[in-house]
Amino acid sequence: MSEYPNNLRYSRTHEWFDPETNRMGISSFAVGHLGDVVEVDLSVDEGDVVDAGDEVGTIESVKTASPIYAPISGKIVAFNEDLADAPELVNDAPYTDGWILEIEPTGADDTSDLLDATLYSDHCASEE
Amino acid sequence: MTTQIHSGLLHREPPIFELSSPGRTGHALPPSEALDAEDLPQAFLRRQAPLLPELSEVEVVRHFVRLSQWNHCIEAGMYPLGSCTMKYNPKINDAMSALAGFTAVHPLQEDEHLQGSLELLFQLEGLLCRVSGFHSVTLQPSAGANGEFTGLALIKKAIDVRGEGARRRKVLIPDTAHGTNPASVVLNGFEPVPIVTGPEGVLLPDAVRPHLNDELAAIMVTNPNTLGIFESHLKEIAGLVHGAGGYVYMDGANFNAIMGKVRPADLGVDTMHFNLHKTFSTPHGGGGPGAGPVGCTAELAPYLPVPRVLRTNEGRYRLITEQPNTIGRVHPFFGNFAILVRAFTYMLENGGAGLSRVTEMAVLNANYVRSLLKDTLAVSVDVDTLHEVVFTDRDLKKETHVSTMDVAKRLLDFGFHPPTVYFPLIVPGAFMVEPTETESRVELENFVETVKAIVQEARTDPDKVTSAPHRTGVGRLDETTAARKRILRWTPAQP
Amino acid sequence: MRYLPHSPQDIQHMLETIGVADVETLFRSIPRDQRTEHPDDSPGLPECQLRRYVEGLAARNKHFCVTLASAGAPFHAVPKAVDTIVSRSEFQTAYTPYQPEVSQGTLQAVFEFQTIVSELMGLDVANASMYDGASAVGEALLLALRAHKGKRSVVWVSEGLHPHARTVIDTMLHAFGDVTVRWLPLDEHTGATVLPAPVPADVAAIAVGYPNFLGVIEDVAAVAAAARAAGALSVVSVTDPSHLGILASPGALGADIAVGEGMGLAGTAGMGGPGLGLMAVRDEYVKQMPGRIVGQTVDNRGNTGYVLTLATREQHIRREKATSNICSNQALVALAFNVHLSLLGPSGLRDMATLSRNRAMELRRGLLEIPGVRPLVTGPVMNEFALVFPRDAAGLRARMADNGILFGVPLARFCPERPAWREAILLAATETACRDDIAHTILLAKDFYREGK
Repeated sequence: MSEYPNNLRYSRTHEWFDPETNRMGISSFAVGHLGDVVEVDLSVDEGDVVDAGDEVGTIESVKTASPIYAPISGKIVAFNEDLADAPELVNDAPYTDGWILEIEPTGADDTSDLLDATLYSDHCASEE
Repeated sequence: MTTQIHSGLLHREPPIFELSSPGRTGHALPPSEALDAEDLPQAFLRRQAPLLPELSEVEVVRHFVRLSQWNHCIEAGMYPLGSCTMKYNPKINDAMSALAGFTAVHPLQEDEHLQGSLELLFQLEGLLCRVSGFHSVTLQPSAGANGEFTGLALIKKAIDVRGEGARRRKVLIPDTAHGTNPASVVLNGFEPVPIVTGPEGVLLPDAVRPHLNDELAAIMVTNPNTLGIFESHLKEIAGLVHGAGGYVYMDGANFNAIMGKVRPADLGVDTMHFNLHKTFSTPHGGGGPGAGPVGCTAELAPYLPVPRVLRTNEGRYRLITEQPNTIGRVHPFFGNFAILVRAFTYMLENGGAGLSRVTEMAVLNANYVRSLLKDTLAVSVDVDTLHEVVFTDRDLKKETHVSTMDVAKRLLDFGFHPPTVYFPLIVPGAFMVEPTETESRVELENFVETVKAIVQEARTDPDKVTSAPHRTGVGRLDETTAARKRILRWTPAQP
Repeated sequence: MRYLPHSPQDIQHMLETIGVADVETLFRSIPRDQRTEHPDDSPGLPECQLRRYVEGLAARNKHFCVTLASAGAPFHAVPKAVDTIVSRSEFQTAYTPYQPEVSQGTLQAVFEFQTIVSELMGLDVANASMYDGASAVGEALLLALRAHKGKRSVVWVSEGLHPHARTVIDTMLHAFGDVTVRWLPLDEHTGATVLPAPVPADVAAIAVGYPNFLGVIEDVAAVAAAARAAGALSVVSVTDPSHLGILASPGALGADIAVGEGMGLAGTAGMGGPGLGLMAVRDEYVKQMPGRIVGQTVDNRGNTGYVLTLATREQHIRREKATSNICSNQALVALAFNVHLSLLGPSGLRDMATLSRNRAMELRRGLLEIPGVRPLVTGPVMNEFALVFPRDAAGLRARMADNGILFGVPLARFCPERPAWREAILLAATETACRDDIAHTILLAKDFYREGK
């Protein structure tokens, strides 16, 4: 059974990327481990160009802080402004309203290094 | 304003600003005067008075006495926080530190007018040297973390003097380290390199060997480590690190486990900080002030912060403020002097023999708790431990879903402050008990029986445990809301 | 030993339970060759002897009846009630409030302290204290560097900060590396910091004392404006927060970060500490602040309560990426500050600042009547000032000492190579001196120079 949406692609560091909308966020697996999110702190600005694997910010709960990595290479074109006042969106709706960044991919097929929902589910199981 | 009584005589106090009423005052100053404003530009003057409470002395005293009653403290009961060393704080220490001869003197009086204070500093340095084997000690650092910064700064200076500052930047830190260690490393412009502790809970020379090169600045080791285990290979590791041109920093947070038994300098340690508020019984004050003196070898001594206290041939004491290679200062004046007086009197009252006995009883108490509890909670690593013992909730959680945090909170219902929880990080659900030497056998047994009862309760009535505490003045507090809403000061209600 | 509760029978029972023959066996994990060869077995002192010895030491310090010196350690009249509160077991012998359910006393007191500091400084948020005013400036500069995300690497720091603070800052920033400190000199005539214009774009922060070491009230508004125009942060170091009863708050003058030394108001300035570092910032920098912060929240029964919050800034979570290595530090001194300010209230704070200023002005005017005495610098002062004496300032100070008066601090002590400071004394008065003390001091000084003619 997979609780991870099939239309998304996943990094081994638990970010998701939606090739349709170019949005990215944090998987429900990662959110579950973080607990209540209190802040999403981005270290990139709109227009910045990042490589896959670059640290783009930090996601914080009460007791931990984890880096957020870019799942693909590309240009930052938007960030979710709602998170500033409502970081709980990441907990409540990690794949929809809790999106974090919109990244316009540099390459055509830049998601080839990412996992599909089944492989990602296996990956998470191995980390439990 | 109606007073809310919680239970019995425990008063729920509003923020002091809500008690305020215009026109009242609690100060004892001479009569008011008009401001002599000569040469004082209008633009520099305050237009809006700060929003301070207006209350009489009676009301202020009551407010804070009532607040105090919401605190647990070592004088009310056991406080078995691992790594924190909550021991009884002797009263004579407070009295000596409050002597007007110390508290009413200005720090910049002439050396001749500060002979008593300077002698005390000089003697305390000597006592700390004697118990640690170091060549010199500075008393300036304000706290353990400030001591870490200072000790690492000595190492950095030594490396700079050798002309290797650009290259030697790596500091090895075992995974059992306090969080302050990597932060202190970064504050010194070094780069922390994590290394892994061996399966028996001690650091092995093989973990260090791959890093023995000309980039190695130092290794930073807590000994005994945060599992309460003596780092028996430290002496050999120190030899390896020295051979590669690096230095050995020992985090002395757990020195109370070996005081009088081992002198860190004999293990090849180059520099170490003492936590006077742990080992030497000075009060924790709800979070300070403490003091973090730093000892070091003769090689590092020229880099110690200024001023240094010197004893002249005539038996007078003098401050030396000029030292060509000093790292500078880490604190204005003399550090947390009132804390230094307390540690000094504690060391004098105990003598060398007494301090060794203190260590023995601390280790005895920890091992007694361990042997009484080891069948109730799993011990993290099954080897000999000294002054503290780390249990894990691994088995308990599997069986009952009750976690370390739940057991900790339930302990509050029975009048015990919980042990340190979830530290060290390498132990899942760590439950770290350090009873200290000042707890009686009865108190230890009561604690053990209470933990056992809670673990039993976890099986029979887990909800009671996971929803604890039930009997404290406030229930579990919502830390998520605190972090999200960020109410960090009182503000008047909007009309 | 009175602090070790076990009887010999207890010890025997405990050893048997553990399953070891003797206490020595408990240390078997320490290799024999690493044990101390000759343990120190010196006996301790009984309380009566201990008391006699330490009281003897205290008596060997010279006690002055009148202190006319501050120089970073201002003496204020702190009511006994302050000491009574901070000496309570519940405050003094508690640990850092990690278990909020049994630490609400400390936590609420810190929340009140943060409010008071924020009010005094005129800035949004204060932390729960730093070690001392000097390291607080260093931490503020590191904060400013972080706020610029490493894109600016220069800080401008006034030479008017306390000489000890300057050395502390130098030590901290030198250790940190990758930052250049440019020291801004004081104007020879006014004693105020000379601010070069324009401020270049690589400057992360500009720090000044308020007032500075020579007692001169810096033009904080101008410094803050210059910093802001260049995208840098202004750091204002408050020498004695009691001044803020009459001086404008740093925030009102445009400062981004205000720090200060609170030990004078906490009553711990004797021997120079424990210190109390104050720090307040504008809201946007709260996540960059070092140290503990307490926030208000609710418990699961609906009660208001307080917890340590925003911990992800701190070393125990963020480790090498933390804002600082600082943990808990001066909580009890912060409590003393809190209690004292609560007793003073707004009118008491204003009175304290006014009395200090008025006594200082009387002293200054009186001493300036002596032929040859002149001010070292001309800038506006609060309650501290430097005067140059015509000759033998050391002899004058010795005469004062014979009369129980601590007559300032010789500036030459801090900068012996500066000729202008050779006969200069840094003097200060607070409300602890009365009019008669001041009049008597002036008389003694006049006599001293009259005799010497």
